[in-house]
Amino acid sequence: MKVEAKLLLGLGAFFGLMGIVYWFWSGEQAGSIMLIAGALLGFLPGGYYLWWSNRMRQRPSDSATASIADGAGTVDTFPGSSIWPFTLGMGAFFAGLSLVFGTWFAVPAAALVIWALMGAVTESRRGGNRATTPHH
Amino acid sequence: MTEIIDRPAIAGDGDAHVGEHEAGHNLHEHHGPTGILKWLTSTDHKVIGLSYTITSVIMLVIGGFLAELIRIQLSSPNATFVSFGEYNQLFTMHGSLMIYLFAGPFAFGGLANIIVPLQIGAPDMAFPRLNALSYWLYLSGSITMLLGFLVAAGPANFGWVGYAPLSNAIYSPGAGADLWIAALLLTGFSAIFTGVNICATVFYLRAPGMTMFRMPIFTWNMLVVGILILLAFPVLTAGLIMLYADRHFGTHIYTVPGGGVPVLWQHIFWFWGHPEVYILALPFFGMATEVIAAFSKKPVFGYKGMVFATITIGALSLGVWAHHMFTTGVVLLPFFSIMSLLIAVPTGIKIFNWIGTMWGGKVHLTTAMLFAIGFVITFLIGGLTGIYLASPPLDFFTHDTYFVVAHFHSVVLALVMGGMAGLYYWGPKITGYLLNETIGKIQFWTFFIGANLMVAPQYALGLDGMPRRVATYLHDPQWQTLNRVATVGALVMGLSTALFVVNIVVSWKRYPAGDNPWDAQTLEWFTTSPPPHHNYYSLPPIRSERPTWDYNHPNDRSLAHGHHDEPAEPSRLVAST
Repeated sequence: MKVEAKLLLGLGAFFGLMGIVYWFWSGEQAGSIMLIAGALLGFLPGGYYLWWSNRMRQRPSDSATASIADGAGTVDTFPGSSIWPFTLGMGAFFAGLSLVFGTWFAVPAAALVIWALMGAVTESRRGGNRATTPHH
Repeated sequence: MTEIIDRPAIAGDGDAHVGEHEAGHNLHEHHGPTGILKWLTSTDHKVIGLSYTITSVIMLVIGGFLAELIRIQLSSPNATFVSFGEYNQLFTMHGSLMIYLFAGPFAFGGLANIIVPLQIGAPDMAFPRLNALSYWLYLSGSITMLLGFLVAAGPANFGWVGYAPLSNAIYSPGAGADLWIAALLLTGFSAIFTGVNICATVFYLRAPGMTMFRMPIFTWNMLVVGILILLAFPVLTAGLIMLYADRHFGTHIYTVPGGGVPVLWQHIFWFWGHPEVYILALPFFGMATEVIAAFSKKPVFGYKGMVFATITIGALSLGVWAHHMFTTGVVLLPFFSIMSLLIAVPTGIKIFNWIGTMWGGKVHLTTAMLFAIGFVITFLIGGLTGIYLASPPLDFFTHDTYFVVAHFHSVVLALVMGGMAGLYYWGPKITGYLLNETIGKIQFWTFFIGANLMVAPQYALGLDGMPRRVATYLHDPQWQTLNRVATVGALVMGLSTALFVVNIVVSWKRYPAGDNPWDAQTLEWFTTSPPPHHNYYSLPPIRSERPTWDYNHPNDRSLAHGHHDEPAEPSRLVAST
């Protein structure tokens, strides 16, 4: 986790430095603000990872000497097949078309988006099955 | 229904490795729905990535077809093959399809989506349903943009950069421009979600022992691309919403009469647009790196230098946007010139390292390797001419001429070669079948010759003053000859792309690949081809940046550059070989 934190903080620091130099040299506002915002986008997750990396045990994926057995057990919970991303995507499609062909397109768009969000949330609450990945 | 995924077993334990492969071919199909429902509902990164790859290659073919029409129009002076208005629509849609709908989605939605989780030993992307949503947003955005060809006034016609005030409601009325904006909003969100997914996957789902500095270069590049997407794309999305507000809600953000600033659009657009250039380029750098290492039978030369070059390119890419705006007269020339020239340093390191990887290696000139070498050569031409353009006095002279067109076409055609290298290299892993090498090599040579035949005359035309985005030119024997040669080059490239389709048809399920047909080095070649649901039955010990090679060649330590911190669990290695 430390490398991830350093990467993001380093990028943030570089963008911040660049933003300050650019601001005082050019006085141009749009670019300066975007560079400073870019710096913050590096600091926000980078700071979180740094804070967290000091409070966690070393993960097997950060250890140069970890064996595969050190990571044994559950990796995580993953969703199986789901229709809801498609439904949500079609809702977004109609929302996009409503920008061009008229507000009435927003009605099916809203219906699809709400339906998809409800479906996706209830789906992920339904709990898990152990996958049929073979074991030895 | 959710699934709880356990860590794969250790390779070599009790000789299980061989048996798993046989079991694998029975297991990897019977998860979830089949047929059309599989493509609609799958959250498997390999299925989504394949959807992305196929869709983006279709966009490449459509965009390439538009380019051929442009080149036919330009093959003779005073041509009337298309009208001036249609010509504007052609070059706008050609650029938009290639940049927004092909190059980016092919790389970060297609190949990266499939390969990154495999390379780090992850069972899937971190957010599989978000990944599926990314694809549906990308597909609906692509359809939205193509709908422009069906509306009465035709598609957008203000160039792929949509400069204000040309893109406002007075100069560009009609549904085509709005469809262009809606399409970019949809594909923009698609890219942002994919960026989130790639970063989270790399940060949280690496296999034990797969430290950050053991990740393959392709995965490193995709991580930096993911971060750049998160920095750049929201800016474009915000800029597009303001453009839409200017067109329809009576705001004056980009118009002088209401107190707005037209050049603000250029700042916003290129603050996205120049990181976007590296969002496009870095994945293909990564593909070429993997291919060159695999077919030189050596680890990547200067691995850490490669990683730091990638990070440096990513860092500098945020500070170079206004080199597209030198001629506006309102940007800080020295700052942007210095930053742009600096990018040549890490890029030079990369080219040095690619050559270093081949140097002294056992080079196998497969189709993928030829495409990777073609990428390096063509990219070098594009990169060197880019250094000219980073210098304001030279840019004043060549801005908006065919010199610029030739420069970025050298770059993007190099990227297409990198992508082809990636497809020939990873295609067998994804599908389980190899492509025909003879047709592949003909495809490479026609593409390489065609690409350089097209751009070389354009450099000369640009230096002679031919402006870009003009539908016609007055009779001039020299310009006509140069344009004719460029058109021939474009047609040869079209032929080459047709050969790729022919190759897929000819090779369809004909040459079974096996798990590791290239004797490649990185982790993805350890699993079956195609990989099973959730990717791995077993994982080898990860002790360097090339665990599959270490597993298959336990005695070959001569070139490992000290990345081995300790012996790689020798008892297991012996038991398995």
